[in-house]
This record gives sequence, C-alpha cells and structure tokens, in this order.
Amino acid sequence: MTFASLNRRTEQLLRDLAPQVLGATLRRFRDFAACEDAVQEALIAAASQWPRDGAPQNPRGWLIQVALRRMTDHVRSEISRRNRETVAVEEVPVVVAPAVYAEPGIDPDDTLVLLFMCCHPSLSPASAIALTLRAVGGLTTAEIAKSFLVPEATMAQRISRAKQSIESSRIPFGMPDAAERAQRLSSVLHVLYLIFNEGYTSSSGPTLHRTDLSNEAIRLTRAVRTLLPDDAQVAGLLALMLLTDARRAARTGPVGELIPLDEQDRSLWDREAIAEGVALVSTALSSAPAGEYQLQAAIAALHDEAPRAEDTDWPQILALYGVLQRMSDNPLVALNRAIATAMVDGPRAALELLEALDKDERLAGSHRLVAVRAHLLERAGDREAAIALYRQAATRTTSVPERNYLLMRAARLSEAP
Amino acid sequence: MKYMLMMNGPRNAYEQFGSWPQKEIEAHIGFMITFSQKLTASGELVSAEGLDAPTQAKIVRAGKDGKPITDGVFPESKEFLAGYWIVDVASTERAYQIAAEASVAPGPGGKPLNMAIEVRQVMSGPPETA
Repeated sequence: MTFASLNRRTEQLLRDLAPQVLGATLRRFRDFAACEDAVQEALIAAASQWPRDGAPQNPRGWLIQVALRRMTDHVRSEISRRNRETVAVEEVPVVVAPAVYAEPGIDPDDTLVLLFMCCHPSLSPASAIALTLRAVGGLTTAEIAKSFLVPEATMAQRISRAKQSIESSRIPFGMPDAAERAQRLSSVLHVLYLIFNEGYTSSSGPTLHRTDLSNEAIRLTRAVRTLLPDDAQVAGLLALMLLTDARRAARTGPVGELIPLDEQDRSLWDREAIAEGVALVSTALSSAPAGEYQLQAAIAALHDEAPRAEDTDWPQILALYGVLQRMSDNPLVALNRAIATAMVDGPRAALELLEALDKDERLAGSHRLVAVRAHLLERAGDREAAIALYRQAATRTTSVPERNYLLMRAARLSEAP
Repeated sequence: MKYMLMMNGPRNAYEQFGSWPQKEIEAHIGFMITFSQKLTASGELVSAEGLDAPTQAKIVRAGKDGKPITDGVFPESKEFLAGYWIVDVASTERAYQIAAEASVAPGPGGKPLNMAIEVRQVMSGPPETA
C-alpha cells in the first residue's frame, strides 16, 4: 500500500494495522474479497482524514469500525439487489455484525488468525505465499507480481482463487484449537520460510537476491514473534533468517555470480543482524527441545561467528547435521552433512556418504548432488572428474547465478597450473 | 513497436560456453548484464529470459485422450533458442541496431561472436490471453 501524501509514520501505522483490521472484519463476515475491499476503503478514508483532522485516539478501533460499516452496507445492498432481481435468496451471508460497536473488541490474535487462514494447508504453497503477502504483508498485487516475475493479471488471479478456495473450504475464522495449533503454526512458518528463500535464492531469474521478499519475510516473522514471544520455533526461524541474510552483501560477485561461504569477504557481513540472530537462537535452544529451524539457525550461527573460514567449528556443525538428519528425511540435509563430513574426516569419507544418496529419487537429475560431488572430487585432487561434474551441474541448474558460479569454478580449475 | 530478438545457438552451445577460460566467461556475462542495463535505462526493454540447455527439452503433443505425449527434441534440429529480449522501440532500424549490439557479445579470445539474432515483430493489439 502506498499513500504518497502520508508521512512515513502514518503509512507504517496503516500498514501494520491493515492485517489486524482485515482479521477483525473477517471474524464477522466470511467474504474474503469483500472484506478486503472494505478494509481498503477504511484505509483510504484514514489516509485522507487523518492528516487533516489528526489521527484518532484509537486508530485500530477507528479503522475496524469504518471497515465493518462498509461491510454492513455491502451486505445490505447485496440483499436488496438480490431481492430486486427477485432471485431466490438461497443463502444470505451470515452476518454477525454487532448493532453497536461500542468497545472495539480488539483481539491481538487477529493478525495471527489471519496468518493461519492465509497459510492454510489446503492451499498450494504458491497460493499461500501470494495471499499472505497480500493480506498480511499489505503488498499490492503489482508488487507481488514483480517479486515473482509474473504478469500482474496472473498474480491477481492466483490471489483471487486462493480467496475463493478459503471461502468455499468453510474453514472457520478463528484460532485453531490447541491440538491443531502446532500443526497450523508449522504451515505458517513454512510459508514464511519459503518467502524468505524465494527472496534469498531466487528459484528463477537472473538476479540472486530479491531483497524485498527477504525483508518482507523477516518483517512478518518478527510480527509473529511479537504475538508468540515464547515459541522456540518462531524464534529459531527468525534467527535463521537473520543469520542467513546477514551474509547477503558478500554472497555475490561483480557479475552476479554466487560466492561460496569459504570465499566470502566476511567484513561485509552484517554484524548487527548476526548478534541479534545469535542471541535469539541461544535463548531458543535453551528453552525448548531443538526443532529444525533452531538447529539450522545454530549451524548458521557457527558459520557467522567464525572470523575466518578456517576457524569454522566443523565438528560441531557435523554433530548438528547429525541431529537434524535424525529429525527430518530431507535429502538436502544429508547432502549438507556430507559436506561437513568432508571438512572433518576428509573428502573420501564424504564421497562414500554420497553413494547412498545416488539412489534417492528426490535428488535424481538434481544439480546439487552433482555440484557437491564435484566439490569433493576437487578437494580430493581428482581434477578432471571435478571439472566434468561442475560442467554437468551447470547444464542442470536453472538458476543463472548458480550456473555462472559452476562454470567459473570449472574454468578456474582447468586453468590452474 | 515491439520486437522479439532471439538468440539462437547450436545444440552444443552450452557445453562450448562452459569450456571457455574463466576471464572470457566473465567478460561475456558482464557484457550481457551491461547490455540489459542499457536497454532498461533507455526504457526499451520489455522482458528478457535465458533458456535452460536443450538437453532436458521435450516436444509435447496431446494424444487421443488429450494426455501429453512427450518426445525428445528433434535430433536433426541444429539450432536452438537460447534466450530472447523483447524490446519496445521507435523504429525497425532501432531494433536492428540493438540486435547488432547483442550480436557482438565477446567470445573466446575476446573476439566478437557475431551471433545470428533473429528479429521478429510482435503483433500489436490486445493479447488473446486477456
């Protein structure tokens, strides 16, 4: 949302309040698209009235009240339109609009409930991501389309289909019960993680970083953490994002190619983000049994805390990957564990681990397995085989920066004396 | 006027590119980045995409039941689309000029590749997708 005429503070306030207002409106009316329109109208009203008359005492209550009034008008006119057209009214929208909205029943959980809804497991990840950025992040459809490099009309359709499937799914708008909550929260965190990754390692397109998406994922995860300050998974995910994002400036070279961790200029790393991430993950690990995000964050912290690549505490990283592998059946974890093994026990031991992964169908045709094997062969001194595999991996990856990195690695190796 | 500028390459172009020395790969990538930045700055670039190597490409037709039947790409085709730019320019001459600029991307030994760039006008009027 952009209001050119507003000062930054008001714009930020409206942006923060928008998902809460939408959540509060959806709590009473199920029609997602109409509720969103009503909230938009309320925000526009605020943008024109507040600078003139001053912001109200309770900005959130004000916005909710205006949005609910718009929704009530909308429902009334829908009903009268149907009556006018003398179409049998099969289903009048269920209205639970309070007659007097005296004390705005502010529920701080509204944003969270909205997130639970947008990240519902019945939606495909692509839909959940788009809807979350739109409804909770407050990004415009054009902004989201640009981030994902698709035409705006396509993104608009993706979002509207997501809304429809939420409406037709009859998912009740409300906090899921305790039993369901953990599972639903994990869907939310997964969607936030995907948004972050899409920004950090673009799955398609010429540039490696789409910082707007990474920043948005961090902002939303911070918001979830404010709502659930004691949840160790949430803290772990936020820490993981901060510790990964801290290396952004050092991660690409002059022609946009990827620079691996051990060759990065560590003076470019964001110390402030690292300090915050390390503090978060330390608390998260001491307060609860370690989950996947905490463990990944702990590994990222060990990398970030090493002043030089050769100072990295590989034995501890290897141990953490061992725990992680017992917890999840993700072949990429196994691949990373092989890399850590190479650093502790040498490349030959790691190459043996890779043989087990050759049979994993999920990695069949993947450039990653080939690229890791190429790295290990290079370390083991088998230059010709490494060059051939780097080139093979380069033809398999669909990421331009990654392809460039792999090609240059092969070229450098074949030119080395 | 919109034009599509298509960069076609031989089947083994990707492998060839990968066997250049590092400096020359870097020079080529740097040229392409600058080229695209210049077109963006002049307000002429509509879109540009590079395509994955043709080794994984498939030719798809619908069978009698409407289900896809996939086939490898034709072994006899010598040239493959490697990538394209769509530009919005004032004249045909300008489109040719841009194509000529792309054509001299540096190759082995820093010499211009003089690649063949196919220039086709994009039809005007609303697209049939809306």
